[in-house]
Amino acid sequence: MIAADLLVAQNIGFTIIAAIMVIGALRVVTTSNVVHAALWLVVVLAGAAAQYVLLAAEFVAITQVLVYIGAVMVLFLFGTMLTRARIGAETDLNNKNWFMGVPVAVLLFATLVIALNDGFGDQRLPSDSPVVSTQQLSDQIFGPYLLPFWALSFVLLAAVIGAIVLSRRD
Amino acid sequence: MLVNQFLMLGAVLFCIGVYGVIVRKNAVMVLMSIELILNSVNINLLAFSLRNGSVDGHTFALYVIAVAAAEVGVGLAMVLLMYRNRRSIGLDELSEMKG
Repeated sequence: MIAADLLVAQNIGFTIIAAIMVIGALRVVTTSNVVHAALWLVVVLAGAAAQYVLLAAEFVAITQVLVYIGAVMVLFLFGTMLTRARIGAETDLNNKNWFMGVPVAVLLFATLVIALNDGFGDQRLPSDSPVVSTQQLSDQIFGPYLLPFWALSFVLLAAVIGAIVLSRRD
Repeated sequence: MLVNQFLMLGAVLFCIGVYGVIVRKNAVMVLMSIELILNSVNINLLAFSLRNGSVDGHTFALYVIAVAAAEVGVGLAMVLLMYRNRRSIGLDELSEMKG
């Protein structure tokens, strides 16, 4: 490794944010309080937005903050409050054979680590790539990816109508 | 920065999400674990986009975010319906289809 292209500041930032994200994700799947899990999920999602900024994706990071932290978390908290009589620690959040999850996750992670080390080894990201502008992104969406964009509009429409139909009482 | 450090972060989050989907009984918690999985996929898409110098990964990441929002909306509506009908959102009690 050459010291000049180590990008010390970015690497320190990546490490700190990644550690916070992993701790937050572990708390999401281990905590016994649904509201705490939702708030730890906010930490993970905000960390993901920071990683997107490190990956030169400003617009996606802003969208992540708006859509996930703004809208999806409100939905989760509403869902928690509408389906729970009490808010606090609970004892029966896990399956009775929950221990089967540990070997599955560990084996999956080992496989992924081996595959990634084989495939990408010590390849580097380009350190001088410009930030992707919103204009480039919109040229992509409304150019070659217009048809998926239409399909996505119909998916959102169907989801809105479906949510209303499912949850209205009559 | 290495490509692998972002891909490893994605792999860690993905495995934690899979663990949550397997372990949790509460339907809302399973939806949260699915959000973890979708975010790890987005990190991978953006890392590959930067590595290959193309904007396609950003487009896919935006589409994934939109589909995830739609999925959470419909999923929570289904959870509400389940709670209204049986006063519980435990996934292990939905066993009518067991043969």
